[in-house]
Amino acid sequence: MNNLWLLVLGMGAVTFLPRLLPMILLQNVSLSPFLNRFLQFIPFAALGALIFPGILESTGNPYSAVAGTVVSVILALFRVNIMFVVVGGILGVFLWEHFM
Amino acid sequence: MQVNKDVLVPSTAPIANNKKAELLAGLKAGLPIALGYIPIAIAFGLLAKATGIPNHISLMMSFFVYAGASQFVAVNLLGLAAGYSEIILTTFILNLRHILMSASLNQRILQPAEKGILAVLSYGITDETFSVASLQKKQKLSVYFLLALNLAAFLAWNIGTAMGIFLAEGLPEELKSSMGIALYAMFVGLLVPSLGKSRPILIVSLLAAVLHSILHWIPFFSNLSTGWAIVLSTVLAALAGSLLFPEGGEKGE
Repeated sequence: MNNLWLLVLGMGAVTFLPRLLPMILLQNVSLSPFLNRFLQFIPFAALGALIFPGILESTGNPYSAVAGTVVSVILALFRVNIMFVVVGGILGVFLWEHFM
Repeated sequence: MQVNKDVLVPSTAPIANNKKAELLAGLKAGLPIALGYIPIAIAFGLLAKATGIPNHISLMMSFFVYAGASQFVAVNLLGLAAGYSEIILTTFILNLRHILMSASLNQRILQPAEKGILAVLSYGITDETFSVASLQKKQKLSVYFLLALNLAAFLAWNIGTAMGIFLAEGLPEELKSSMGIALYAMFVGLLVPSLGKSRPILIVSLLAAVLHSILHWIPFFSNLSTGWAIVLSTVLAALAGSLLFPEGGEKGE
């Protein structure tokens, strides 16, 4: 059991450092316009890479995943509250798997 | 343009009131993340239990590691009797992307901010809290807003883990697999409305998705872990964006 504790603490350390160091070290540092622009694009690039293609494999069935994706994209296009986008996506998958 | 509620707060309002308002706004912004986290955390708890991980270790993982993908991978690898060093290295690689997120978020924080508070809120940086924070309309974000946002997500993740463990026999299989899409649907809900705002943003996100697909599906890159593939696609797409579209101008405010 001691060993598993060590594993968790090791995992915790290598997870925390990448979160902590830039936040502490870059405080009050002004970055170049280019770097700033780069960092501004990061969230949108990260979301693109996080969503696709992972979303297709998120349910273990590519068809139901597409169904859920379509529902959530449509809801998101209508700018409904994000909770409904999430619930809609889950329902889309569930209904597809239930009835198709 | 909607009326900004902040305008209604007199500028002479005591700092304590602003702090409270920011904390509340943060909790509110964190609610959809919490909703998305609970089913995933339940799934983690169930999986960990099914793999034979002791309950307190699963709970500690959610508390001390607090990184969805890495925890699933770790449980998976433990089930396969992989070495600890390999699990720790995989965790490290999977979470390197947080360097970018932490650096990006850092530039948006309303200064001056205490280092201690920054350290605490950096503990709560995840793909989801980062996305929600960076897509806020305000250019500068209060540390209290970020603290509350991150706390809401953190609590949901830990509560969900406990629920998963203790309701181990719980959900029917069908509902469980439907919930796998929850976090992705949240990413969609975050990204899609921003795509209409600017063409560079649209192009950068599409490029990142295409790059990740190439790394994911072309057999030549099959040795690349998902963590590395996400880091690489994100960096390359953002780099291409800043080279192709060096001018700002479409920023919210």
